[in-house]
Amino acid sequence: MQIYVCVKHVPDSAANIHMIDNRNIDDSVPFLMNPYDEHAVTEAAALKKQIPDSEIIAVCLGKKDAESTLRSALAMGADRGVLVETDDMCDSMTTARVLHAAIIRDGGADIILTGKESIDSEGMQTQFRIGALFDFPVVTNAASLEITNGKARVGCELAGGRTRTYELTLPCVIGAGRGLNTPIYPTFPDVVKSRKKPIETVARSQLNVSDAPGSAKIISMTPLVQKRNPRKIIGTPAEQAAEIIRILRQEAKVLS
Amino acid sequence: MKQAGIVIEMENGRVKETSLGMITLAGRTADSLTAMVMSGITDDITDHLSEYGVHTIVDLSLPDAPEIRRNPAVQATAVVHAARELKLDRILGLSSPEGKDLLPRVAALLDAPLIMDCVDADLKTGTATTSQYSGKMMAKIQLTGEILMFGVRPNAVLPESKPVPAKTIAMTMDAVVPENIILLSRDEADTEGRQSLAEADIIIAGGRGLKNKDNFSLIFDCAEKLNAAPAASRVAVDEGWVPYAFQVGQTGEKVSPQVYIACGISGSIQHFAGMKTAKMIIAVNKDENTAMMANCDYQVQGDLFAILPEIMRQL
Ligand SMILES: Cc1cc2nc3c(=O)[nH]c(=O)nc-3n(C[C@H](O)[C@H](O)[C@H](O)COP(=O)(O)OP(=O)(O)OC[C@H]3O[C@@H](n4cnc5c(N)ncnc54)[C@H](O)[C@@H]3O)c2cc1C
Repeated sequence: MQIYVCVKHVPDSAANIHMIDNRNIDDSVPFLMNPYDEHAVTEAAALKKQIPDSEIIAVCLGKKDAESTLRSALAMGADRGVLVETDDMCDSMTTARVLHAAIIRDGGADIILTGKESIDSEGMQTQFRIGALFDFPVVTNAASLEITNGKARVGCELAGGRTRTYELTLPCVIGAGRGLNTPIYPTFPDVVKSRKKPIETVARSQLNVSDAPGSAKIISMTPLVQKRNPRKIIGTPAEQAAEIIRILRQEAKVLS
Repeated sequence: MKQAGIVIEMENGRVKETSLGMITLAGRTADSLTAMVMSGITDDITDHLSEYGVHTIVDLSLPDAPEIRRNPAVQATAVVHAARELKLDRILGLSSPEGKDLLPRVAALLDAPLIMDCVDADLKTGTATTSQYSGKMMAKIQLTGEILMFGVRPNAVLPESKPVPAKTIAMTMDAVVPENIILLSRDEADTEGRQSLAEADIIIAGGRGLKNKDNFSLIFDCAEKLNAAPAASRVAVDEGWVPYAFQVGQTGEKVSPQVYIACGISGSIQHFAGMKTAKMIIAVNKDENTAMMANCDYQVQGDLFAILPEIMRQL
């Protein structure tokens, strides 16, 4: 099987984000692989164990330094990486077109794994757009995956503990959710080995990508800070509990 | 002329409040509102929708077989069909669990731009306000294209009554039953009677401070007494005390309840990303020097194992 995994290079989830003007963030914070994409790579590695002749190719659209995210994918088990280099912030319509073109240029996919969303732009849609461009079926927020006889049986989570189970024909696109697996934590030898694995860099202009018929562009951005002034609730536990109940009833008016 | 199509969600045969709020939002800047209903139309539904300003109600006429009707890939083709037939140039739906599996499918089929989780949208100018960087930023986004799509955060706008006469139409369309994606089953079981996180007024959440799975039942019991939704930090999920569906944060649910009661949660940047838009935060923590205690409205310094049982006793 040819397993493609799309990975994105995003600011560390623990980083505080600051603006340099009203549209761009200060990108000197650490960047890592998008957390949901770690689940996608981990699942790809599990599939390869199950179907030995498989190859895992990690594909990333990003700046030059996104190479470190591809290296992480290689350390986690991908065989090689493709970096489509661009300095532009791409919306999901363009990103899907570029990833689609990069995968076609590289070979044919039997399965394409992505994260269910990226933690920076929170678009939740690139996987569906890739699927539409290939005319492959798509599911998202996958929590279980089983491949038998050219079919994928996928359990997907809706919020609130509800699930949906699908059967997809291959090739297909699967957006990984957190319930899918526990991300591989590469060992030191894995990291060393990954340094010898190839990463091909392709300029975005080298891929013949047609313009999307629409776009989404950030016109302004502001940090979401909610300044709160804590007041103390003191006393014995019983007094504290009574005061909490009073606040819920009289101030927040959420309790009768 | 901005012709907005609104994908309606139902619950127990009634239009969801959150769908009505979305109609109110769309009505502020659209010239005409078309509601798209998937479950068949009754007089009650028509009355309800027209009371909130819908001009046209479309029955998407999905097939009866539940596994076909509920397949989001089938629903997406029906929405696309209606959008084209009725020449809609704006499409709205809820950024709910169902919406997250439907709206991006519609956007991909139409090759139209989509912004999910909007807290505001101007259908005339084609702009939307949404969170970025996992709730750390708010961004204003300009969409361009023939059809623009908006996934609206549930409860972002409260419904306002605005009665208009409404007409109903039925779509006639041969539903394409896709062979490459089959819905085998849906399981709605495990949340019966429990409040959904996104729609709850009060959320009571527990973290590492609960110490083990047995103790975590304190959060569930308290939630029941308060008619609140129970939730958890990632630590509580990773430790296996509660399923992932309860996790609030950057890689969990994003919530904005009236009151968020954080018990034994330190307030990591990732946890805050999921709940900082709560109207009121009450922090119960034995350590005064935590981020949660510094960024809340009410600090309750103390032992949650003493305070939570007291709350239950006094209610
Ligand atoms: C990529 C990534 C994504 C993440 N996403 C999320 C996410 O979505 N959601 C999330 O929550 N975390 C997330 N995290 C984890 C996050 O970094 C923190 O580890 C986590 O939020 C801490 O959980 P906690 O507050 O329950 O535990 P701790 O930080 O250990 O805090 C426990 C608190 O309980 C208090 N306490 C202990 N005993 C008592 C008692 N008896 N009474 C009162 N108080 C008590 C302590 O004083 C302490 O403040 C993510 C991390 C990463 C790397």
